[in-house]
Amino acid sequence: MAANDLTKRPALGQRSASLRRRHLLAALFKACCVGLTAAAVAVLGLLIYQVAADGLPWLDMQFLTNFPSRFAEKAGVKSALFGTLWIVTLTALISLPVGVLAAIYLEDYAPPSRLTRVIEINIANLAGVPSIVYGILGLAIFVRFMGLERSVLAGALTMSLLILPVIIISAKEAIRAVPASIRLAAFAVGATHWQVVRAHVLPAALPGILTGVILALSRAIGETAPLIMIGALTYVAFVPAGPMDEFTALPIQIFNWVSRPQQEFHELAAAGIIVLLVVLLSMNALAVLIRYQGTRK
Amino acid sequence: MTALAASRTRWGEVILRQLFFFCALISVLTTITVIGILAVETFSFFQEVAVTEFFFGTEWRPLLEPKAYGILPLLAGTMLIVVGSSLVALPIGLACAVYLSEYASQRSRHIVKPILEILAGIPTVVYGYFALTFVTPGLRQVFDDVQIFNAASAAIVVGIMVLPMVASLCDDALRSVPGSLREGAYSVGATSFEVTARVVVPAALSGIFAAFVLAVSRAIGETMAVTLAAGATPNLTLNPLESIQTMTAYMVQVSLGDTPSGGLAYKTLFAVASVLFTITLAMNLLANKVMRKFQEVYD
Repeated sequence: MAANDLTKRPALGQRSASLRRRHLLAALFKACCVGLTAAAVAVLGLLIYQVAADGLPWLDMQFLTNFPSRFAEKAGVKSALFGTLWIVTLTALISLPVGVLAAIYLEDYAPPSRLTRVIEINIANLAGVPSIVYGILGLAIFVRFMGLERSVLAGALTMSLLILPVIIISAKEAIRAVPASIRLAAFAVGATHWQVVRAHVLPAALPGILTGVILALSRAIGETAPLIMIGALTYVAFVPAGPMDEFTALPIQIFNWVSRPQQEFHELAAAGIIVLLVVLLSMNALAVLIRYQGTRK
Repeated sequence: MTALAASRTRWGEVILRQLFFFCALISVLTTITVIGILAVETFSFFQEVAVTEFFFGTEWRPLLEPKAYGILPLLAGTMLIVVGSSLVALPIGLACAVYLSEYASQRSRHIVKPILEILAGIPTVVYGYFALTFVTPGLRQVFDDVQIFNAASAAIVVGIMVLPMVASLCDDALRSVPGSLREGAYSVGATSFEVTARVVVPAALSGIFAAFVLAVSRAIGETMAVTLAAGATPNLTLNPLESIQTMTAYMVQVSLGDTPSGGLAYKTLFAVASVLFTITLAMNLLANKVMRKFQEVYD
C-alpha cells in the first residue's frame, strides 16, 4: 500500500467526508419525521383553537335549551341534541346484541368452513364501505321498502348496519383474548357450550367488548352523510317523542349552519361542534376508563 | 363410550347456535342487499340513459335542463380530492409512522398515538367547518384566483382526516418487521436513515401499500368535508382552485333537495353510488388481500 493512500484516510476518531454526509442525512431525515409528526399534532391544536375561539362566546344554557331558529341569537341545539341521544340509544340497543352474538359465533362456534371465511372477509370489507353507501341502503330498505319514513328508527337501523362491522371486529378481538384454559376448564367439568360462553367467556371479554362498542357508537354520533341520505331534516323545532318521529342530529345541525354564508351561523356551528366534541370525548374517556379497569384485573 | 355421549339433544343450545349464526349472517345479507339494490336501480337507470353517455359524457347536469348524464366531471372532481389528499396524507402519514416506530421513545409514543386517535375520531363535518373557516381563507391569502368553494381546501382537510389512518397502519407494518433485520443493518454500520429507507421500509412495503390503498379509498368515499368545502359545480377541470363536485357531494345534493322518488334524477343517485361502491370495494379487497399476504410473511 502506498503511503499517500493512508494520508487520505481520516485519523482515528475522525469521520470521513462520506460518513459525515451519511450521518447528516440521517439527522435531517430524523428531523423531518419529528417535524412532520409535530405538524400533525399541531393541526389538532389549531383545529381546537379555531373551534373554541369561534364557538365559546355562543355557548350558554340558552344554546342548549333553544330550538334552531332563523335568528342566530335565538338559535340552539335542543332538538339536535335530543335527536342524537335518541339515535345513539337505539343504535346501541340494536347493534350491541347483534354484533356481540355474531362475534361469539365467529370466535366460539363457527366451523372452519368456507362460509365462515366468506363471512370474515365480508366483515373486513364492509368496514371500508363509504358511509354514504349505507345511507343509500337505509334509504332503499328502511325508509322506502319498510315504510319507516324519515324516522329515528330508520336512522338508528342505518347507523347499526354502519357500525356492526366495527363492533364485530373489536368484540372478536376481546373474545379471542380470553385464555383457552378458562374455556377448557369449564368444558371439563361438564358445562354446555352456551354455559361456557355465558358464565366464562363473556364476563372475561366484557371490558374489551364495551370499549369497542363505545368507540363504534362515538363514530355513529359523528356520522352525517348516512342520515342526510335517509332524509333526516335539517330544520326540526321539536324533540322526538318516539322512535317513529322525525328528527335531526348534532352533525346535521352543524352541517346546516356551516353551509350558510353568514359569519354568525359559522360561529353557531363552532358552538355546536364544541357540544359534539364534548359528547365524543366523554365517550372516549369512558372507553379508556373501562379498558383501564379491565386490564387491572 | 355410550355412557359419555350426550344423553339427549339440548334444544336450547341448538336454537342459540342458530341465533348466533343468523347474527353473523346479517353482515353477508347487508352486502348482498347493497349489491342487489345498486344493481337493480342502476339497471333501470341504464334503460333511460345510454351506458356510453354515462361513462364518457363530459357534462353532468341531471337536475337542470338541458339534462346531461356524463359522470366524468364527478369522477374528475373525486380524483382531484384523491390526488390532493394523498399528497398530504401519504408522505406525512408515513413520516409519522417512521417516527413512531423507529425514533420515538416509549413515552412520546404514548403521547402521540392518542393524539392521532383523537384526530381520527373527529367527525368529518368538523373538518368541513375547518376547511371553510380556516383553510380556504388561508389559501385566498396565498393565491389570487381562489374560488370560495375549491378542491384544494377540501383536499387538504381530507388529507388531514385520513393521515391518522395512514400513520397507524404504516406504524403497524413497520413494527412487524423483525428487530433482527434492523440490528443486522446497524451492526454493519448503516445510519438510521439507511436502516429505515433500505431495510425496514422495503420489508414493510406491502403493508405500507395496503395502508395507502385504504387511505385513497377513504378519500374517495369522504362526503361531508367535500360537500361543504369543494362546492356543487360538476366541473371537468384539473385546477384545484376551482369549485368542483365529487360523486359523494352530488349524492348529498340530491338528498337535500326534494327529488321525487322513482324519477330519473332519483335513479342517478344509485348509478353514482354504484360507481362509488365498485371503486372503493375493489380497492378494499386489494388492500385486505395484500395485508393478509404480508401478515403471513412474518407471523
